[in-house]
Amino acid sequence: MADENEVDVIDGKQLQDKYLREEMMPHIFCNGCALGNVLDYVLWAVEKEGLDMDKTVFLSGIGCSSRIPGYINADALHTTHGRALAFATGVKMANPDLNVIVFTGDGDCIGIGGNHFIHALRRNLDITVIAVNNYIYGMTGGQVAPTTPEGHIGTTAPYGNIEPPFDMCEMAKAAGATYVARWPVFRPHQPINSIREGIRNKGLSFIEMMSPCTTAYGRRNRFRKIEDLWAFYEDKTILIEEYDKIDRFGTEEEKEELDDKIKIGVFKRSTRKPLEERYRDLLEEFK
Amino acid sequence: MFWDDKMTTDLEKVKEVLGPKKQFVHGDTAVCYGALLAGCDFYGGYPITPASEIAEMIASLMPKVGGVNIQMEDEIASMASIIGASWTGAKVMTATSGPGFSLMQENIGFAYMSETPAVVVNVQRSGPSTGQPTLGAEGDMMQARYGSHGDYQSITLSPNTIQETLEFTIKAFNLAEEYRSPVFLMISADLGHMREMITIPDEVDLVYRKTPKVPPEEYVPFGKGKYGKEKVPEFAPFGTGYRTYVTGLTHNEFGFPATDDQQDHDKLIRRQIEKITDDREKLTDIEERMMDDAEIALVSYGIASRSALGALKIARDQGKKVGYFRLKTIWPFPKKKINELSQKVDKIVVPEMNTGHVYHRVKEYADCEVKLVSKIGGEIISPKEILEGV
Repeated sequence: MADENEVDVIDGKQLQDKYLREEMMPHIFCNGCALGNVLDYVLWAVEKEGLDMDKTVFLSGIGCSSRIPGYINADALHTTHGRALAFATGVKMANPDLNVIVFTGDGDCIGIGGNHFIHALRRNLDITVIAVNNYIYGMTGGQVAPTTPEGHIGTTAPYGNIEPPFDMCEMAKAAGATYVARWPVFRPHQPINSIREGIRNKGLSFIEMMSPCTTAYGRRNRFRKIEDLWAFYEDKTILIEEYDKIDRFGTEEEKEELDDKIKIGVFKRSTRKPLEERYRDLLEEFK
Repeated sequence: MFWDDKMTTDLEKVKEVLGPKKQFVHGDTAVCYGALLAGCDFYGGYPITPASEIAEMIASLMPKVGGVNIQMEDEIASMASIIGASWTGAKVMTATSGPGFSLMQENIGFAYMSETPAVVVNVQRSGPSTGQPTLGAEGDMMQARYGSHGDYQSITLSPNTIQETLEFTIKAFNLAEEYRSPVFLMISADLGHMREMITIPDEVDLVYRKTPKVPPEEYVPFGKGKYGKEKVPEFAPFGTGYRTYVTGLTHNEFGFPATDDQQDHDKLIRRQIEKITDDREKLTDIEERMMDDAEIALVSYGIASRSALGALKIARDQGKKVGYFRLKTIWPFPKKKINELSQKVDKIVVPEMNTGHVYHRVKEYADCEVKLVSKIGGEIISPKEILEGV
């Protein structure tokens, strides 16, 4: 676990100066978008873990969140839609000495990239995946996503989404990630600690960031102000520990309320040999 | 890093792993041998008839030379994995057949846009769709030229013997490194599964992509090349401190997105195309036989050119002035050579294992009569059928 009492050695401005590409500014994110927060959290985690930026590769697919690596001063591969994890597999297998961090969105990860996602989880390469979930295809203007809650409005679901949404963390747990966590962006410390833990974990770490899209999702779903969206997240989410407690010891009434909740927290910590280590073992046999 | 990153290849070790100097092998094996001799460090593949033997043999040989092999979840991922690996500096390859080649087109486009060296082998079978999985064809020649969306220039090689398949695989790696581009090696299932004697070469000339010698702050990742070709920028592998941003978006010479500027796009794409078309003459590779007094030329390539050779012999026996003109490089298309040829002969006959992919290109540049002899359905076109066209 990351040490929560650690003192920050640099401030936010210094963090930005150290890690961001100034020549890429201004960024493309909308007002009220939390992708900047996600970027910040990752940079804090990278700083605190002391990752060598000359030996760290950031990858992403297509979508708003996939633009994040462009703002970080490091090697980066901004790939095709949904394929970032397949590219990352090539990078990590070819050079396991590199730290690999992947940014993806909900549509990128579990929509078009679903197949790559499950196989990356199964292989359990030592990479960290930051999946930013905004419940919508934001960059293309607000089409319904595989994660959009039932009944919510997208431009391609104008009468409300009739499909059940996907839970990326459940998939990550089931298919073999060795670290799985979900946090809303409005809590900075827990996500930073999770990303740090993810970086340290020897295997695939999956961290879902609940990050509101005000432009393409909020305004069509009665969240006219960013505060409304953040309040919705606060109201909807429940810590996994709290959830389990109610599930086991709560009243029927309390249990009924759980149906409507989104669990947050660290869902899985486990150990399994990453693929690149297994391949290293194979190569040893031929030396 | 698993493989040797010093941009050298331990040829002696590879030869030791490959075994006897003379072997009776099929085309798929020759592809693997050529790849290892070329210093292939990374293979990402997905099984498909009739190219599966390449993945199988690579799986068996790659660990012995210290390289990486991975079977991906589909061909989209295969292509993605080799691009990722290539950006760490590895020499990379994947192999597939028509349906897989279709799936790869998305990331092939990415490889063009990001100027990533990669070798893609297509052991062709009849299509469209699942078609005739076990039977040969050469129906993906235009897909190798125009398969991905947008504007780009392909380099495509087409051998016609097993020995040449081995040699062209090495050549494909060298061209990929030299031009920072995907290179296609197109064979048919007939060649993939046909066995012939091969000789493993003692010496192999290998090319490695040029890396920057300037410090990172002076490095321009998609700008002018300094030490080689001006239109081929130097390549800084990930992890070497150059911090390159690689994107499939239209980008400026620093690699940063420039998606709303007409001139940035025009400049980028035309440079990427011209780095190959400027060398069209150099890349042109043609085998001519009995062309001196020829009045009819058989312009062929790939497996159909084996039958064209048969047709040539029969025609000459019959006293007909027929010549043999074989294209070993299909793209960039040898338009000048074809035009010159059409000035010399009265008629060009193009036998193809498709409904006329290269025929149309020949017709575009030839000033004489051009006739297509087309055969599809999985049987190799016969010398007799070609002669009917003559």
